[in-house]
Amino acid sequence: MSTIEQVPVTVTVNGKKYQRFVDPRMLLIHFIREELNLTGAHIGCDTSHCGACTVEMNGMSVKSCTMFAVQADGASITTIEGMAAPDGTLHALQEGFRMMHGLQCGYCTPGMIMRAHVLLKENPDPTEEEIRSGIAGNLCRCTGYQNIVKAIQYAAAKLNGRTVQEAAE
Amino acid sequence: MIPGQFAYHRPSSIEQAVRLLADLGDEARPLAGGHSLIPMMKLRMAAPEHLIDLGGIADLKGIRDRGASIIIGAMTTQNELIHSDLLAAKLPIIRETSLLIADPQIRYVGTLGGNVANGDPGNDMPALMMCLDAAYHVAGPSGNRTIKARDFYEGAYFTALQEGEIVTSVEIPVPPAGHGYAYEKLKRKIGDYATAAAAVVLSFSGGKVATCAIGLTNVSETPLLAEEAAEILIGTALDPASIAKAVSAAEAITAPASDGRGPADYRTKMAGVMLSRALQRAARRAAA
Ligand SMILES: Cc1cc2nc3c(=O)[nH]c(=O)nc-3n(C[C@H](O)[C@H](O)[C@H](O)COP(=O)(O)OP(=O)(O)OC[C@H]3O[C@@H](n4cnc5c(N)ncnc54)[C@H](O)[C@@H]3O)c2cc1C
Ligand code: FES
Ligand code: FES
Repeated sequence: MSTIEQVPVTVTVNGKKYQRFVDPRMLLIHFIREELNLTGAHIGCDTSHCGACTVEMNGMSVKSCTMFAVQADGASITTIEGMAAPDGTLHALQEGFRMMHGLQCGYCTPGMIMRAHVLLKENPDPTEEEIRSGIAGNLCRCTGYQNIVKAIQYAAAKLNGRTVQEAAE
Repeated sequence: MIPGQFAYHRPSSIEQAVRLLADLGDEARPLAGGHSLIPMMKLRMAAPEHLIDLGGIADLKGIRDRGASIIIGAMTTQNELIHSDLLAAKLPIIRETSLLIADPQIRYVGTLGGNVANGDPGNDMPALMMCLDAAYHVAGPSGNRTIKARDFYEGAYFTALQEGEIVTSVEIPVPPAGHGYAYEKLKRKIGDYATAAAAVVLSFSGGKVATCAIGLTNVSETPLLAEEAAEILIGTALDPASIAKAVSAAEAITAPASDGRGPADYRTKMAGVMLSRALQRAARRAAA
């Protein structure tokens, strides 16, 4: 096959605008990690099962291993790198994962947090059941999910101005 | 896994998309949500040289109320189906089914058009569309036409779509108010295709089944319309003996593959179990 024309992709990631010329077949996860050097979003399965590559795009949670970068042209994307405040103060979700021991190896965590971020925007005070179905597209091989659910409950409580439980059991 | 190379096109109208597909021939393929196509491209089971991204075509979006029917644009996502108040009121089985497809991330991008056009017997929407007697509006090089869902599926990945044709929308007749409905799906885990699934829409009149339609997912090369099973139930009170007869009739038309989801005869039995549960749940939801 003859050479394929590179195409321009312009995206706003974590509030900053980027333009790159890419092969149409470049996956969004490779664009984010290799072109933008933002390595927080991970590749776990590469088959749209595990959710480690989840980023927020135009208010939706998407698996960036199953999307071409060209499809994201013009989009606004948030990755885990965009969650903490500029002074380093953790987002309530990051704080929740830390306080409630919501991670062990941490490989799934960026995807979990980005998914939970959209979940809490759509449903600010979810039940445990709603949290579990909301993160059903994210796999964790370490924690058994108990403390991930608690971490998200912690964040929901904090964002709703309630007092938060201090630590995991 | 990196897909093969392709040239990318992003038309902004249906006419442009159809023209591109006609000009580029069988090396070109439409791209919708990409959640069936991109995995196949990664495995090199598909290697189109041109992708025509339908994502920039506003006319393929949206859900419209036509009174007796509802028209859903092909690029409407599964998540949009779940959150539509119109569908919740008139066709709640669409929400119930959408919630059983894949996982939240996939539902934000996976589209109704991609799900019905894909031709994978594992997709959940095709059997539901057959059950609801939906029609697919199609645009192609020789103009527009409409294909009934019940006439659309010819084999695994073979449909009535001709080269260069795209599904532009899906039109679904609104079932009568007070109808009962259920989509029952057995799957091993969230994000799995069905071991077997059944869609049921029925209505009662004077305590007897007045209308009934049944679709079955992933128990044959194509989705199935279980016509004989539905006919057996018409005029009955949906008593256990009639349900058992209908279940046998439905099981008889299945021809599932033995695979990781279980041996063929198990999957046939599970189709029967899903149907029996769907009938009972639909009956509880129906007005008498
Ligand atoms: C992990 C995982 C689990 C899944 N589980 C399920 C499940 O349980 N049930 C289920 O139903 N699906 C499931 N899916 C599939 C998912 O729902 C897909 O999104 C859907 O099958 C295809 O829709 P799409 O918009 O992504 O289409 P694409 O992948 O973009 O396209 C699919 C095919 O249809 C063609 N096409 C797309 N749109 C049109 C159109 N308008 N006209 C003509 N041809 C068109 C494309 O050329 C391609 O051949 C799963 C997917 C994944 C990755
Ligand atoms: S790497 Fe994308 S879902 Fe696993
Ligand atoms: S913490 Fe290790 S995979 Fe989740």
